[in-house]
Amino acid sequence: MAQFDTRVTLKDHLRETQLFSSRIIFFFAITVILIIVLVSRMVYLQIFSHQHYTTLSQNNRVSLVPIPPTRGLIYDRNGVILAQNLPSFTLELIPEKIEDMDLIITELRAIIELSDEDIQRFEKLRNQTSKFKAVPLRYRLTEEEVARFSARRHRFPGVDIAARLMRHYPHGKLAVHALGYVGRINEAELKKLDSASYNGTTHVGKNGVERSYETILHGEVGFKRVETSAQGRVIRVLEEQRPIPGKDLFLHLDIAVQAAAEAALGENRGAIVAIDPRTGGVIALASMPGFDPNPFVNGIETAAYTALATSTQQPLFNRAIKGRYPPGSTLKPFIGLAGLEYDVIHGGSTIACPGWYMLKNDERRYRDWKRDGHGEEVTLRGAIRESCDVYFYDLALNLGIDRISAFMRHFGFGEYTGIDILGETRGLSPSREWKRRAKREMWYPGETLITGIGQGFNLASPLQLAVGTAILANNGLHIEPRLAMALQNSDSNEKEYLPFSVAGTVPVIKKSNWDYVIDSMIKVVHSARGSARRIGEDSSYIIAGKTGTAQVFGIKQNERYIKEEVELHLRDHALFVAFAPARNPTIAVSVIVENGGSGGGVAAPIARKVLDAYIQGSRT
Amino acid sequence: MSFNSSRQYSPWVDRRQSKSMMGIVRGFHLDWPLFAGLLVLSVVGLFILYSASGQDLGTIGRQVLRLTMAFMVMLLIAQIPPHHLEFWTPWVFSLGIVLLLAVLLFGDVGKGAQRWLDLGLFRFQPSELMKIAVPMMVAWYLSEKAMPPSFLRILVALSIIVVPVTLIMKQPDLGTSLLVGSAGAIVLLLTGISWWLIGTAGILMAASAPVAWFYLMHDYQRQRVLTFLSPENDPLGSGYHIIQSKIAIGSGGIYGKGWLNGTQSQLDFLPERSTDFIFAVFAEEFGLIGILFLLSIFSYIVMRGLRIAYQAQDTYTRLLAGSLVLTFLVYVFVNIGMVSGLLPVVGVPLPLVSYGGTSMVTLMAAFGVLMSIHTHRKLLPS
Repeated sequence: MAQFDTRVTLKDHLRETQLFSSRIIFFFAITVILIIVLVSRMVYLQIFSHQHYTTLSQNNRVSLVPIPPTRGLIYDRNGVILAQNLPSFTLELIPEKIEDMDLIITELRAIIELSDEDIQRFEKLRNQTSKFKAVPLRYRLTEEEVARFSARRHRFPGVDIAARLMRHYPHGKLAVHALGYVGRINEAELKKLDSASYNGTTHVGKNGVERSYETILHGEVGFKRVETSAQGRVIRVLEEQRPIPGKDLFLHLDIAVQAAAEAALGENRGAIVAIDPRTGGVIALASMPGFDPNPFVNGIETAAYTALATSTQQPLFNRAIKGRYPPGSTLKPFIGLAGLEYDVIHGGSTIACPGWYMLKNDERRYRDWKRDGHGEEVTLRGAIRESCDVYFYDLALNLGIDRISAFMRHFGFGEYTGIDILGETRGLSPSREWKRRAKREMWYPGETLITGIGQGFNLASPLQLAVGTAILANNGLHIEPRLAMALQNSDSNEKEYLPFSVAGTVPVIKKSNWDYVIDSMIKVVHSARGSARRIGEDSSYIIAGKTGTAQVFGIKQNERYIKEEVELHLRDHALFVAFAPARNPTIAVSVIVENGGSGGGVAAPIARKVLDAYIQGSRT
Repeated sequence: MSFNSSRQYSPWVDRRQSKSMMGIVRGFHLDWPLFAGLLVLSVVGLFILYSASGQDLGTIGRQVLRLTMAFMVMLLIAQIPPHHLEFWTPWVFSLGIVLLLAVLLFGDVGKGAQRWLDLGLFRFQPSELMKIAVPMMVAWYLSEKAMPPSFLRILVALSIIVVPVTLIMKQPDLGTSLLVGSAGAIVLLLTGISWWLIGTAGILMAASAPVAWFYLMHDYQRQRVLTFLSPENDPLGSGYHIIQSKIAIGSGGIYGKGWLNGTQSQLDFLPERSTDFIFAVFAEEFGLIGILFLLSIFSYIVMRGLRIAYQAQDTYTRLLAGSLVLTFLVYVFVNIGMVSGLLPVVGVPLPLVSYGGTSMVTLMAAFGVLMSIHTHRKLLPS
């Protein structure tokens, strides 16, 4: 720097100062601009986009937590509880509060039974849940386990027992096919259910009234609006809307009659349906064998389920509404009534019964169940009373299939009954048209004959038989069968009765015809030659009934049916339909005992027990 | 570049010692207007930090301790006459370079970056030292000759900047290298080099951006730039910071949600809310009104600093003062810019408000230098 003299330095100094000052002023301007940029940005974010960001901030902060409603209870007609909600104890762990998870689980194993499956499920759930939320480890603790844990709770920080309400069926197997059961919502159901109202609900009705009255029993979901932190921890509750509990359901079912029905069937396979003809109310609906629905609530173990599903006894199958059985002779009163109403016969018409019947131009013999026949002069009354097949072969032939099928339809055969549980069969009431459509064949007169005795193509469910019998008992008034009688809000004592649904009326041409048939049915039970006379002897009320013994397999010409020689599953089904008291019926019942043999010998005594339970245990 | 010899050791007589109206203690060097501004900012910062830390008094205590230390450092440095600083400049810079190299070789790794040097008693970030050492060195070198500097001297000055900036980038610490680089560059801009030259340099830098992108930047830094360009592409990943911070600011509105009532910050939605993103907490709770107040304090400090630079009496102190105060402005602008989504997320704290130690000490040391420059002026004969 030595080469610069003082003058130059001074001059430079002045120039430098000016230059620097201009630059400082420049940067002053830059500062102002930058501040303006920042302020503009803030104005943009805080004024113009304020609404947008406020919404985002609210969405961040507030979340809705569903509160599932309590499921409605189910009672029988007398207020006996059939489905209830019991506290069930679950062992839960809060991972955040547990230092050594493996150690805790090992120690828990010493006092509470934990399967490897439990632990695997727990680990899976734990990975999907926030650290501070409780993760279930074991469901359905026994009271003993709860007590054992409670005594040692202090040793297990972060472990607790939670009580949840679980569906429970106190009567176990009883009426399971009517009640159905609830189970955990599966993936298919998840797609179908309204996700908003099932938010938080874990179980849904799978079967029976639990399924068909699902929306009523379920109730309406409530919610809590909560403020949560970024990790999802609930800080406080902002707003709460209580759930509306499901309504309680009162059934027409009488659990005492149901119990009598199931006890009467005992070890047999079969079904019983009892209906109050005045209301259509289903008093009993039994399908045996049944099963205990309680294990299904939280998921039945695979082995137990397989055992049920593969059992030859088919306990899961609801015979009462799904079973398709040949109605056999139980159809005869209806055919007889058709004959009278269509004026094909009258009360005095007689026929000779040699024990078989033959069509013109046909060599085949249509046999009567009684080899030697029912005599020279069989009236309709006698034919019903003793279940004479030949009489009905002749009558059916004279009526013709068209009139038979039209008349049967009035009594609900071949039609859905409209009962308020799902899965019923329509049965089959054959007609010329049906055969052309289904089999592409013409109708043969021989088929008309066996239709007249309830065999051949005829198929009906126990429910359909009961409904048909009820229509007969009701002088033609056809009321749809119903399990549900009334609804009741859980916080009130006022029952809201459900209306009957009249499906139609059978046109009554002559009331005396109906009386004649009913009188004949009374003779079935209450006369010396009645096919069910055994149950009428000591009855304190009058029963109108009709036995049926339905063939499961055909017997070749010139063969005899010898019960002892036929394999069990090929033996005849025993059937019985009845209503009582005959003059003022309050109950109509149908009984089917699979491979039970004789209707009068096996099915009728069972029906009697059901009628006794209802009429003598008398409550209405 | 030789260390000294040609440079005259000029022991100015400080007349302020006798004529000072502001010094409480005779001979105590302190710029009251600047001090007051910094103090107000610190107090406001403590209030925000109290809210941002979830009302943690422990955090406040530690921050108060750091502030006290930083203010003491500032006051200490204010007492050192500028010519002493000038004298030691090359030595400090050389030490800084050595330490940066040491960090790269032996430094502690934290959060994927090697920034710290463990000195046993405390940990130290040499890159912080360079925030002051680089502008000092550039000013020292350029003030040797008359302004504006020759092209050759500009190139030398650039290399003084580029070497430490590259070393810091390697750590990697994008935020600090940016601040160090801008501190040095500002010195150059203040020397009065022609706008034509500046414009050319700007174009060259823009052209070299791809080179930086492919060879100098780490994956996470590239990610930050991409995230800045479109944060919504990765709302739960790296875009989360910017999205949540914009929500916090925007939902604050004009009046804010009230102190301690910001839901974004109090409920943990806002990440890094005590440190780099503390401005969003403030914006959420105090709204636009609060921001205008905070920005006025920052502006006041910058204006005061520019005035100090304007009144400085020789080239070295002018350049240094101008660079230090403008670096402070860069701090503020980059932090608020990134928090509000104007700039990519680089780790630049909000001066005196963000929780954290080292950068605060450096910053206050810079203000100490400013005060020293201002209070050691010779009164020129009029």
